Amino acid sequence: MALVLTEEQSMLRDSARGLISDKAPVSHLRHLRDSKDPTGYSKELWHSFAEMGFAGLLVPEEFGGSGLGYVEAGVVMEEIGRTLMPSPFLATSVVAASALNRGGNAAQKSEYLPKISNGSLLATLAIDEGAKHRPLQTSLQAVRAGNGFKLSGAKALVVDGHVADLVIVAARTAGAAGERDGLTLFLVNPKAKGVAIERTIMVDAHNAARIEFANVEVNADSVLGEVDQAASLLDGVLDIGRGAVAAEMVGLSDEVFNRTVEYLKSRKQFGKLIGEFQALQHRAAELYVDIEITRAATMKALQALDADVAKATSAVAVAKARAGTTATRAVQEGVQMHGGMGMTDQFDIGFFMKRARVCEELFGDANYHTEQLARSRGY
Amino acid sequence: MSELKTSDTESAELETFRNETRAWLEANCPPEMRKPATSDADVFWGGRNAKFSSEPQRIWFERMRDKGWTVPDWPKEYGGGGLSAAEHKVLRAEMARIGARPPLSSFGIWMLGPALLKYGNDAQKREHLPKIAAGEIRWCQGYSEPNAGSDLASLQTRAESDGDDFVITGQKIWTSYANYADWIFCLVRTDPTAKKHDGISFILFDMTSKGVTTKPILLISGYSPFCETFFDGVRVPKSHVVGTVNRGWDVAKYLLQHERAMISGMGERGVGRPLGQIAADSVGTDTQGKLDDAMLRGKIASFDVDEAALAACAERAVDLAKAGQAHPAFSSAMKYYGTELNKRRYEILMSAGGVDALEWESERSRQGARPRAWLRTKANSIEGGTTEVMLGIVAKRILDLPGA
Repeated sequence: MALVLTEEQSMLRDSARGLISDKAPVSHLRHLRDSKDPTGYSKELWHSFAEMGFAGLLVPEEFGGSGLGYVEAGVVMEEIGRTLMPSPFLATSVVAASALNRGGNAAQKSEYLPKISNGSLLATLAIDEGAKHRPLQTSLQAVRAGNGFKLSGAKALVVDGHVADLVIVAARTAGAAGERDGLTLFLVNPKAKGVAIERTIMVDAHNAARIEFANVEVNADSVLGEVDQAASLLDGVLDIGRGAVAAEMVGLSDEVFNRTVEYLKSRKQFGKLIGEFQALQHRAAELYVDIEITRAATMKALQALDADVAKATSAVAVAKARAGTTATRAVQEGVQMHGGMGMTDQFDIGFFMKRARVCEELFGDANYHTEQLARSRGY
Repeated sequence: MSELKTSDTESAELETFRNETRAWLEANCPPEMRKPATSDADVFWGGRNAKFSSEPQRIWFERMRDKGWTVPDWPKEYGGGGLSAAEHKVLRAEMARIGARPPLSSFGIWMLGPALLKYGNDAQKREHLPKIAAGEIRWCQGYSEPNAGSDLASLQTRAESDGDDFVITGQKIWTSYANYADWIFCLVRTDPTAKKHDGISFILFDMTSKGVTTKPILLISGYSPFCETFFDGVRVPKSHVVGTVNRGWDVAKYLLQHERAMISGMGERGVGRPLGQIAADSVGTDTQGKLDDAMLRGKIASFDVDEAALAACAERAVDLAKAGQAHPAFSSAMKYYGTELNKRRYEILMSAGGVDALEWESERSRQGARPRAWLRTKANSIEGGTTEVMLGIVAKRILDLPGA
């Protein structure tokens, strides 16, 4: 498969870019932040997403979706990254939709997937518990109780956690933290008794929440996949999320870079455009190459996911690790090269820096994925 | 639907090609040729005086030559394999799958060939391309001069018109393997009064011509892959100019794109054992089986991430070119990153080898193969345009930054 977008994928990119740049430029995020919008996203825009087939992009057509693949999801994520649009797309349409579609039984799929496709249901995955992404360290307990389970524990960095209608919770039904066996996914109604949700206002002004579970009762039908055996399902779903976040980071990096290069071509000091200085030219050139390499690695990972999710782990680790280091470099150079203006809230560059920091932590940072690659290569 | 069918047929044909290629390689690539070259003798360069270092090397070369697969994507009429870009990609992937070595290494293949295909006239293509494909003539590159390195266009070797000939006088330097080469492709100044880029011609001549001498340069690696090359009144027919007289810079730049692509691919990517395992052999592992040097392990892992990402980018560059979306200066970007990465690889290998990697002369160290290779890589970011020149090209031609 060629590592370039097909004609159809290019058209998808154009329509996503058209909608997003028109309706949700960076000022959209700024407005949501400054108005302290209680939902943190635009319902109206989300309905436009659904109408264009984006909300159910990964959902099979039989459940009202578009039946497209991860490369296409990456195309949309990249455009979201360009304007930092707060959108349920990542949590609902990529991560939760994949979890339901890959792990759900017939009843679960037909209950939830059509609602995701038509934009009426927001869903999310609750995975992280500590400061860092360590999925196998999951220790939120689910103990059998009658016909079902009782969940106790806490989750952090639950994307869209305070607006989700459905929370997919990774819990431990057996074994100890660190073990692959004993993990189970549950579909939890956030309005259930014992669920306490705290919206966390994050540095990037995007949606996240901490959720506490105090003896939350769920029935046996709410198990997604097999009891104790969720590790493989989770691996796949997380890799899909990682590929998507990497694509967002490519879009974000590219946008910051383009804005920075434009600044180098317009800002004058010492009687010259600052872009004439070789010290800045070479740094800009190095960053350009970094972004192009990361773009290729990300496309490779998304294609690998489309080919076989179970075999994409290494390619995804490379992409997410690269995306982390590249985006970090892009936003740092962006602020530095914009000088004092880059430090002001009035200028958009800072928004990119803040979002890059959050994306870096989402589903494992560069260190995490570099470590995973080393382990997979046996050293 | 019809579109879908076409692509289905195409991919079915490609799948057939893949199966046939795999079977042919399995049957025809000798086992000895399925591991990376470990010394210069393992590399077959062709030429009038070429000798095979082993029987498997000869068999492998001749079988590939007969299929046109020394130059798989060149037209068949010039001794190539006539493969499409997609088929060529399949062949490369299948060769990589079994670790097959290139049957023939040649500046004719990597550099001159593409330039002749684009700028050469019919007679030049018919004369030179088949001999490159068949490994009969070994070429060297006469570009740099003592006072024209990064500022290549300031070159001073002059070619004076004399009837149907040019008479060439001057000196080249860093001429790779000039002492083994049969012919040279050379940049000469045909108009000393024009602006520096406008008075250069690209010309071909036989290294046995009267007035050509070469002198190897001893490098820090202890090897002499480069020469000084002197021209004292060398007489060359004007018909040997490729492209238009005084427009040689266009040919030179085009060729440099290919040279840079070649150098960026010099690191032995994705073949042989993972770097981390090589390091574990000498450094050792801890109780968890991890490399027993956490800092080195981290450096290797970061290297592996970057190497895999660069491989994806190289693949994408080929695909973009095929789709007509490639930026002509992108090879400069790849050259910069690929060479810096290869230098990182060898810094890691030296660190991993520790004391054992310091031996310069012994059977045990294969005559200091690793430290010599380490030192050799330091030229990667200089030859074919320095890293700094590459970054300047990216800044100017891709980013369109002012005054670069």
